Amino acid sequence: MSPLVEVRSLRKKFGAVIAVDDINFAVERGEVLGFLGPNGAGKSTTMKVITGFLPATSGTAIVCGEDIRTNPIGAKRKLGYLPEGAPLYGDMSPEGFLDFVCRTRLMSRSARKKAIANVVDRMALQEVLHRRIETLSKGFRRRVGLAQAILHDPDVLILDEPTDGLDPNQKHEVRELIRSMGDTKAIIISTHILEEVDAVCDRAIIIDHGRIVTDGTPTQLHARSPDYNAVSLKVQSTDTDRTVELLKGLPEIASVELAGPAGEANALLVRPRNGQFIADIVGKNISEANITAVDLHAVIGKLDDVFRAVTTGSDG
Amino acid sequence: MRVTLTIARREFLAYFSTPLAYVFLVVFLAAAAAAPFYFGDFLDRGQADLTPFFDFHPFLFLIFMPAIGMRLWTDERRQGTIELLMTLPITPWQAVMGKFLAAWAFATVAIALTFPIWITVDFLGDPEHSIILTGYFASFLMAGALLAVASSVSALTTSQVIAFVISALVGFLMMVAGLDLVIDAFSAWAPDYLISLVASFSFMTHFAGMTNGLVELNAVIYFVTLIGLFLLINRQVIDLKKAS
Repeated sequence: MSPLVEVRSLRKKFGAVIAVDDINFAVERGEVLGFLGPNGAGKSTTMKVITGFLPATSGTAIVCGEDIRTNPIGAKRKLGYLPEGAPLYGDMSPEGFLDFVCRTRLMSRSARKKAIANVVDRMALQEVLHRRIETLSKGFRRRVGLAQAILHDPDVLILDEPTDGLDPNQKHEVRELIRSMGDTKAIIISTHILEEVDAVCDRAIIIDHGRIVTDGTPTQLHARSPDYNAVSLKVQSTDTDRTVELLKGLPEIASVELAGPAGEANALLVRPRNGQFIADIVGKNISEANITAVDLHAVIGKLDDVFRAVTTGSDG
Repeated sequence: MRVTLTIARREFLAYFSTPLAYVFLVVFLAAAAAAPFYFGDFLDRGQADLTPFFDFHPFLFLIFMPAIGMRLWTDERRQGTIELLMTLPITPWQAVMGKFLAAWAFATVAIALTFPIWITVDFLGDPEHSIILTGYFASFLMAGALLAVASSVSALTTSQVIAFVISALVGFLMMVAGLDLVIDAFSAWAPDYLISLVASFSFMTHFAGMTNGLVELNAVIYFVTLIGLFLLINRQVIDLKKAS
């Protein structure tokens, strides 16, 4: 089966500035793709081109088999889009607004009624349905924006920073929602909250200066962290020096450093060679040496570190 | 067509979503009704027609039509909803037409609500109704042209005030092109064909002809062409401005 979204050698220039530089990727049904990158890296621009808001300078995007350049209307019918900041017509009520969106999508009266009832239920919009959108809280507005995007049950969903500016509970709700749709649709979300990648994405692309710098599953991304599979270890203060000596002598271990917060000299971070799993080796060796571990756990590596490593490597 | 009407419907309702529309209508009607009495010698002329009423329309519309049209695209860009609108399965033409039709419909409501003056003149005398109808038709067309100007100007900026001022200015220039003041300035040095060309661009020339009761094909074509031209500009401006 061909992918639902296919981006082919996409380039977008604004005057002399190259915002998106030859990007290629595809998203299959059932995949949630996280789009990461520093501000100004080209995330939003790429999304704006895929959704047909901005014309590409060269290359194209294909949504459900429809080329956004040659058949923009066909492609737009098949996708749902939440622009950055979820812009909405403040003078309308959610009901009026959703009805308007349904009408532009040429739904019949009964289809409109059904679609609106469905998203209102899904987004829990009942209580604000007849209020003016401009009087709604940020959380409700975002939900109206999402409701608008999924109104026609599109196969492709493109969400530009869907959780930006929401409180932790609302973020959780939105993520749950994205996950719940992830199996049946192709979803692209942009974010700069890296925990979101772990929370909802099957795959993540990091772009920087308009180019893709990494493309992989969250696990593969974690593996690029220098701390991937490292061990965080805490021992009695009196054993610290002995432990460091012992661990440094092991062939699987690359480095051992003091990693505790200030004043705590007994917390160590043990990094493996070649990213291999070493928690068991560390545990075995220290217990054989009669050192009591107060705490021992494996670290998967922070995505933040990976992000910084891959996006500051160039002239950034 | 259905999509265009959907957009027009939304835009039209948006006018009435704030009290501003009602304030606008009241002020417009007051001005439209008062002007012929104060400036137009409406009663003392002793003639049962609406010539003084229509004569004042160009100047009235110069202020009021930009006020109707200024929000069409400025709001859309300021609030970012243009991104929402243009990623719905609609063509740019449908968006431009829908918005323009909504503004034109609103203006038509305003113009139609001046009907008491027609009743008044009918009560006072025995006017030629076909002339009045033609006058209204001319007003309707001129309103459309000014709204098309305002709509395309509103796509250039995110500020309603700037959109208002510039569209009023453009409207003013197109209007005065036919006044003696301008014609005289040209006639001293310019060849005749240039003068008639400048004059033929004027609202006034075409509008005045029609308020005399003649539906001139020329004038209708002029206004319709003007509307089409500015909507075409409107569409181009949107594409251009989206990118920035």
